Amino acid sequence: MSISRRKFLGWLGAAGMGTALGSTANAASNKHFSGYPDSVGVLHDISRCVGCRSCEAACNKVNELPPPDQPFTDLSVLDTKRRTTPEAHTVVNKHELAKTPVFNKIQCNHCLEPACASACFVSAFKKTAEGPVSYDASVCVGCRYCMVACPFEVPTYEYNKAFTPRVMKCTMCYPRIMEGKLPGCVEVCPKEALTFGKRDDLLKVARKRIEKHPDRYIDHIYGEKEMGGTSWLYLSDVPFADIGMREDLGVTSAPQLTAGALSGVPLVVGLWPVLLTGIYAMTKRKEKISQEETAEAVSLAIAETEEKGAEKLSAALKKAEKDKDMAIQKEVKKALEEVKKTFEEARTQEETQEEQKEEKA
Amino acid sequence: MSEESAVVTGKKPFVPGKSLLTPFNIIAGIIVIVGLFITVLRFTKGLGTVTNLDDNYPWGIWIGFDLLAGVALAAGGYVTSAAVYIFGMKRFHSAVRPAILTGFLGYALVVFALHYDVGRAWRLPYPFIMQQGTTSLLFEVAACVALYLTVLFIECTPAPLEWLGFKKARNIAVKLTMLLTIFGVVLSTLHQSSLGALFLLAPSKLHPLWYSGYLPVFFFVSSIIAGLSMVIFESTLSHHYFADKMDETHMNEKEGVALGFGKAASLVLAGYFSIKVIGIAVDNNWHYLATGYGAWFLVELIGFIALPCLLYAVGVREKNLTLIKWTSGLAVLGIIINRLNVCLIAFNWHLPSEDKYFPHWMEIGISVFIVTVGILVFRFVVTRMPILYEHPDYKDSH
Amino acid sequence: MHEFYVLQEFMLHTKGIVYILMVAILLGMVGFWHFLTGREED
Repeated sequence: MSISRRKFLGWLGAAGMGTALGSTANAASNKHFSGYPDSVGVLHDISRCVGCRSCEAACNKVNELPPPDQPFTDLSVLDTKRRTTPEAHTVVNKHELAKTPVFNKIQCNHCLEPACASACFVSAFKKTAEGPVSYDASVCVGCRYCMVACPFEVPTYEYNKAFTPRVMKCTMCYPRIMEGKLPGCVEVCPKEALTFGKRDDLLKVARKRIEKHPDRYIDHIYGEKEMGGTSWLYLSDVPFADIGMREDLGVTSAPQLTAGALSGVPLVVGLWPVLLTGIYAMTKRKEKISQEETAEAVSLAIAETEEKGAEKLSAALKKAEKDKDMAIQKEVKKALEEVKKTFEEARTQEETQEEQKEEKA
Repeated sequence: MSEESAVVTGKKPFVPGKSLLTPFNIIAGIIVIVGLFITVLRFTKGLGTVTNLDDNYPWGIWIGFDLLAGVALAAGGYVTSAAVYIFGMKRFHSAVRPAILTGFLGYALVVFALHYDVGRAWRLPYPFIMQQGTTSLLFEVAACVALYLTVLFIECTPAPLEWLGFKKARNIAVKLTMLLTIFGVVLSTLHQSSLGALFLLAPSKLHPLWYSGYLPVFFFVSSIIAGLSMVIFESTLSHHYFADKMDETHMNEKEGVALGFGKAASLVLAGYFSIKVIGIAVDNNWHYLATGYGAWFLVELIGFIALPCLLYAVGVREKNLTLIKWTSGLAVLGIIINRLNVCLIAFNWHLPSEDKYFPHWMEIGISVFIVTVGILVFRFVVTRMPILYEHPDYKDSH
Repeated sequence: MHEFYVLQEFMLHTKGIVYILMVAILLGMVGFWHFLTGREED
């Protein structure tokens, strides 16, 4: 997997969308960070290590760690595979290979771009200008993301402390280095398997050794590029994978792995409100339009009904008037007739009375 | 007497003033007591006493389940409020309050659970007040979760304010709805995706089938599925236990919510399935499918993504509410499994099996304790405050 | 200008500024929306 694609995907991912192409995925664009000049490191020549555990003892003493269950002179400890613990910043493991046993020493590799520092949300880890990766327990919350992040499985945690648990790891004896002394393990190594010096010089030393003994060494300086490079470098006469050192870590540093996702964050903050407010405004406008349309339709319907109603009314009125006229005429006629009738009746009555008078007389 | 027996059978166990000794309450009580006991142990003896965490597995189920799954399952709040307030789906309005409440409780419990997991809980504000580790995705998550918890808290306040009768404060909180909804969606997009992005840092530890540059997108998209499914799931349970608390609107809209959310979940699941497959292709991880981890990956992909997608679709087409409800459970389970895969099961896949992590019973105890506390608080709130019904004083006020 | 030798340090610096900007953006957006729609009736 190429670096650029990984970064691109991460960036795309965090942005949560596929648009806005053309921006660069790398937080630092094309700027290259090559680490602090003159920072120190240690070269571990695995072919020279005899597994005496002196370095473990020195580390224990220098860091004032609790005494181990079995003394450091007991080499049977090497028979089981070990990793770093809160009580042991460095451990040596024995690997029974075809020819002879091979020993490798595990401790913090002091990455040039530390994954732990990249992961720490209180910035408790720091790549110092001198080389060691330092840890500040006074701000540590104890989330242990550094342990998840570390590709070399180095940091450990004091799980059994209730109130003051700390992340524990090798400091490259930072305080001693500042005093001008050697790291504890380097100072004590009887076989000069460990060489302390400026990282740049150590790389040259390592290359020279490979050049001088091409049949002896694997042509690879472990730590020169792994995960962006480490201050601790390794030379070996057997394949690194055979002695438990992962060769599949890649050369991409931790901050590069997260740069994409991190640069997506402000994009979401900048554009999501615009998008969401836009959708909201459109929804609201749609609602308003549909409301207006409904209102219009209703008023239109009302108007139509009113018009029709008016027509009907006037028709009804006309009809009523007509009916009324007719009724009046009818009534008048009827009344007239009645009057006529009454009048005639009255006249006949009068006539009869007169006839009767005449008869009496 | 008949009412008494109704209480005991647990059909309507939460009638105030009745006996508190229901089976549910007894079990919950035992869990809480055990939980408090483990809590004391945890904070007096340290993490080592109550967990199986070690230097290879610094994160256990308190992160994998309580944090990662918890945050995903609490996504119902932002999903529902976005649907109703931003996309204008007013017909789901009655789903907003329970969803926001579940979201708030979910996040509150996540933060509560974190106090158990981190070494020095009292230092949790340190990323903000001491030193800002801005290069950390965890800083981003912490900031967003803290802010979003505040947003959800304010979004939640109208219900208790109506309950208490504080009209003015309630109206101010309601006025902020739009702003809070948009903030909520922005913050949720960020931290849901950043939880996935936490693992971008560890390509050598997470199995290639789960490690992908798409991890943030996977987590964000699946949080929508989790949110939608949880709304259906939670509404099913609420209907079972709190039907007497639901008003007519809630009852009438409930079916529409299940159908609408089921449809949306099906669609999002289809998209999620697509990008998961694309994820295999872009990293050329096809050959891993033939391995043991590959088989497990396929179980997740087929059984917990493709299957719920299909079942939701059938449920929506046939208006089969029972199927939709059961599918919501399956989808929720799928998201939990995904988070556990990324954080625990496929994590440290290179280690020999004897070095793998399995939770201590007390870790499980605390997780169960925290879920129980959530259910108890939810019950306390919905039996008192206008969550599943509208307060008579504020009808039609939206 | 401070010279950065480590990408992680550089990111710590730039992301710190970006976080401050993000807060400003979120607040500014609210104000700007009010300015944009301030004259609308309704």
